[in-house]
Amino acid sequence: MSEHHIVTPATYLKVLIALAVLMVLTIAAAEVHFGEPFNLMIALAIAVTKAVLIVLFFMHVKYSSHLTWVFVGAGFFWFIIMVALTTADYLSRGWHSPFTG
Amino acid sequence: MATVVTDPNAAPAVHYLNWRKTVASWLFSLDHKRIAILYLISISVFFFVGGLLAAAFRLELLTPEGDLMQADTYNRYFTLHGVVMIFFFLIPSIPAVLGNFLIPLMIGAKDVAFPKLNLASWYVYMIGGTLGVLVLVTGGVDTGWTFYSPLSTTYANTNVFLAAMAAFVTGFSSILTGLNFLVTIHTMRAPGLTWFRLPLFIWAHYATSIIQVLATPVVAIAIFLIAIERVWGVGVFDPALGGDPILFQHLFWFYSHPAVYIMILPGMGVISEVIACNARNRIFGYPFIAFSSVAIAIVGFLVWGHHMFVSGQAMYSSLVFSVLTMLVAVPSAIKIFNWVGTLYRGNIVWTAPMLYAMGFLGLFAIGGGTGLFLGVTGTDIHLHDTYFVVAHFHYVMVGGAVMAYLAGLHFWWPKITGRLYNHLLGKLSAIIVFIGFNATFFPQFLLGMQGMPRRYHSYREEWQLLNIFSTSGAMILGIGFLLPVLYFTWSLVFGRRAGANPWGAKGLEWEKASSPPSPHNFDHDPVVTEEAYAYTGREQLSV
Ligand SMILES: [Cu+2]
Repeated sequence: MSEHHIVTPATYLKVLIALAVLMVLTIAAAEVHFGEPFNLMIALAIAVTKAVLIVLFFMHVKYSSHLTWVFVGAGFFWFIIMVALTTADYLSRGWHSPFTG
Repeated sequence: MATVVTDPNAAPAVHYLNWRKTVASWLFSLDHKRIAILYLISISVFFFVGGLLAAAFRLELLTPEGDLMQADTYNRYFTLHGVVMIFFFLIPSIPAVLGNFLIPLMIGAKDVAFPKLNLASWYVYMIGGTLGVLVLVTGGVDTGWTFYSPLSTTYANTNVFLAAMAAFVTGFSSILTGLNFLVTIHTMRAPGLTWFRLPLFIWAHYATSIIQVLATPVVAIAIFLIAIERVWGVGVFDPALGGDPILFQHLFWFYSHPAVYIMILPGMGVISEVIACNARNRIFGYPFIAFSSVAIAIVGFLVWGHHMFVSGQAMYSSLVFSVLTMLVAVPSAIKIFNWVGTLYRGNIVWTAPMLYAMGFLGLFAIGGGTGLFLGVTGTDIHLHDTYFVVAHFHYVMVGGAVMAYLAGLHFWWPKITGRLYNHLLGKLSAIIVFIGFNATFFPQFLLGMQGMPRRYHSYREEWQLLNIFSTSGAMILGIGFLLPVLYFTWSLVFGRRAGANPWGAKGLEWEKASSPPSPHNFDHDPVVTEEAYAYTGREQLSV
């Protein structure tokens, strides 16, 4: 186990400001029309950035043991399984069987 | 406080049950053993509530007409039966009772890693349970335990919000327990207790905890979304609001298929311990059983779409889920094969826990095997939402999980209470449960094949005979479940002293701790020097 790391208030403040800026970006990006998949992709990219900041700093994962990293990675991997297999259903809804037409 | 026990069969003067006697010393105890007892009492109450509901609607199904109860009442009864049995009994049963009690003892620790979190998980469970009881007294809920939208979000006019909150809150107690076990198993093993010397009970709970921590948040959020769509009209699942009802099924089954393994994996851990001890044999293929638990935890996450073959899920998606479902049968089959291998050339003793374990092997094999019928898209279209499905998952949940829970309770009862129960009655109850269970649920396979749909209070005349079989079986099953309550309670007062190790079993909880264990588990910190299950076939039973 790694020893306890103390995060300074300054670091928390920087992360907080970064999160606020990203929130403004989210709202601004939603107002502009980028075309069909791009609005969603931009919104998700900003959201993922925010989540990573929270996990690394507020949840102290940046200063934690490798074992903690493995578990955090597993959590993300599981989340991707859920999104990927669910999306696979939505993307293939319109496909037709070569046998039944 | 450590009393030196000279006679290994004498009960210690001071143990975790008697060292403090006030009610507060129980309700605020941080001792994992006392918290296990709190869980044992609470889940037993819910088990009998759920059982009474089942008895009531089985009586209704005695006749084809809806004469005993109206359709609405019937819907509420089976919904509450499902919610209570799954969220308030099966999910916490083995982990929160036997896991809580045994994990620290088996790994040579004084307690779990986070004792306060452990107590908090019980309180969270009780808050969820109170909400559940509130649902019961405020008119119930009739959506089925699955809470499918749009029924749950738009059409049901029962207490869906409260029921959803009850399940939501209870989920957190499950997450806290899983987290606690993961950290405990990683950081608190006794010197010499390497991963491959761990009892398989620990491996099974490790795999279970992974699922609890990773999957439970998803169902909590899915149920929460149901609640906010219902109350505030946020469009998530309702097409009229831009949502998609099938999305709920994806989120729900992403948790609820792995939840089947939350219920069955700890049971598999129990079975490994009981079979090795009662066959007086080293477990056959230790690494295969250990890794198949982890494989189940992982592959179990890839198969949820097999619940959605007829719900409008894309055909190619169903195809992929069907193939993946065939894969998840492999690790379960590996386990059954290895348990049978352990019996081979063992010196089998037919104790009550062993009879329950043998019941588990047969019933779980039927439950798992019939799952393949439902995992194949072609047969599932015929069998979906019939009594075949009901029979299948009761063979897994009752024939598997409940049989294993009872095997474990009978096996570790002398350790937990320091007393022996009446063994003849123990064996008798195992046999009655086995017969009653098969009489209840085997006819339901036949009814399902004939197309009898589930979740209706009336049915066609020609299905009555098999339904009479099923209801009669349920009454036998009820007697089988009541019997242990009687002789366990009797044993608390009149039972013979068990001694530290009445089964002559291997493992720190038997060899290094007294029965009942002392408040801090061990008088001396244990050191492990041998492999798990080092049975030589000659250990004596003192029962
Ligand atoms: Cu499933």
